[in-house]
Amino acid sequence: MSILNLPLEFTGAPHNCGRHSPQNTFSSSHAQLSIMTVFSLIIINKAGGLIYQREFQPGLRKLSTNDYLVLAGTFHGVHAITRTITPRLPLQNTASPVVASPGTNAPTTSGYSYPNPGVPASGLEYLETEKFRLTCFQTLTGTKFLLFTDPMTGSVETVMNKIYELYADYVMKNPFYQLEMPVRCEAFDRHLAAWLRGRT
Amino acid sequence: MAAPRHSAMLSISNNVGTPQSTSSDKTQIAQPQSPAQTPGLRVPSNRKTIYDRHLNRSRNAELSRASFAYLFAEMVTYAQRRVTGIQDLEKRLNEQGYPLGLRLLDLLFYRATSTSSSALSSSSTSSSPPNRPLRILALLHLIHGPLWRLLFQRSADALEHSVSPDTPNEYMITDNDPLVNTYISVPREMSMLNCAAYIAGVIEGVCDGCGFEAKVSAHNQPTEMWPSRTVFLVRFGDTVMEREKVLERQGVK
Repeated sequence: MSILNLPLEFTGAPHNCGRHSPQNTFSSSHAQLSIMTVFSLIIINKAGGLIYQREFQPGLRKLSTNDYLVLAGTFHGVHAITRTITPRLPLQNTASPVVASPGTNAPTTSGYSYPNPGVPASGLEYLETEKFRLTCFQTLTGTKFLLFTDPMTGSVETVMNKIYELYADYVMKNPFYQLEMPVRCEAFDRHLAAWLRGRT
Repeated sequence: MAAPRHSAMLSISNNVGTPQSTSSDKTQIAQPQSPAQTPGLRVPSNRKTIYDRHLNRSRNAELSRASFAYLFAEMVTYAQRRVTGIQDLEKRLNEQGYPLGLRLLDLLFYRATSTSSSALSSSSTSSSPPNRPLRILALLHLIHGPLWRLLFQRSADALEHSVSPDTPNEYMITDNDPLVNTYISVPREMSMLNCAAYIAGVIEGVCDGCGFEAKVSAHNQPTEMWPSRTVFLVRFGDTVMEREKVLERQGVK
């Protein structure tokens, strides 16, 4: 992560382990008015390999291909760690001394719940710096989409959903795409660029 | 028309039941068997199979584009196995489409004749003669319009005749955005390939079914506006062109 030479700060899930610096806070009204700036998109396969990298607007420092591969692999590891360190809360009998005493009987995983019950531990979702915000979206099959946007922009959920949709359409329905391999689909590139151009 | 077909269907299912009744006689079970016990062919309890449905029933039905895309992607992957090159792959796709064209033709004629009198019977047998195309242009209009609408719910985008005097037997049907190629990005090393060869096979089947021997191939002709624009080149055989001349002299339309 130090590749980027920028102060990094965790702000999102699994829980807030960082402190908001004043300049990073923004008013939501301003965010809605501001233009959505999408710097670049990275797709990481379930094994942590970089399968897609594309820059849409200048603003971030360019890295070499090798550095992008390292970034993808590193992020994959960090993501796995953040998912693992999500605190687990004992489900019931919290007052019971049997469960409360540590070490006597190791409770099974089913005896725990996550801070937000119903939602499984998702790992790192946002990573914010002064210059950009990284949003990570992991599909149910383990593919990760990393979107680098301007920190002043609001929710990138619609952008992320559209990118996922385009990926499902133009990559997964392409008979010439081999799973887990680098994405080289001309139709995907074309539609992605056209859609992002239409939004900004 | 529906009633005779239905009775024919019943007699078929009775015939199916007959050998089973003899076998059940051997096992001393005198009870008449129910259709549900027939192994293999399963008939619904109300005896309404797909053959009992009216052919126009699925006329305006829509299919999922995504499921078609996945199916077609698998067809391409299947055709890709054990091929020697791009031409071989296109040939295989063409062969997959050919039988579909032959079969679609009958449905197309049936629906074309029974359009006006929607579900009323005996429209094809009574007054209107079967509108099978006899001339090349009529056939191409059938492909350009009704066939395209049946398959893609819209007409094809252009129909052209070869301007070259050397190849008067060549016609071109253009589709700006073929449905089969919507989600397909052909890798750069196979840039000659066009998976719409499958549709070319369908066209070839329709032409052959009408008695017009033809070879149809699909070619990429991308424009800036339509990156997946495809031209289907229809090459009619010599016998077809000779007959065309005779028919022209006789004034057959």
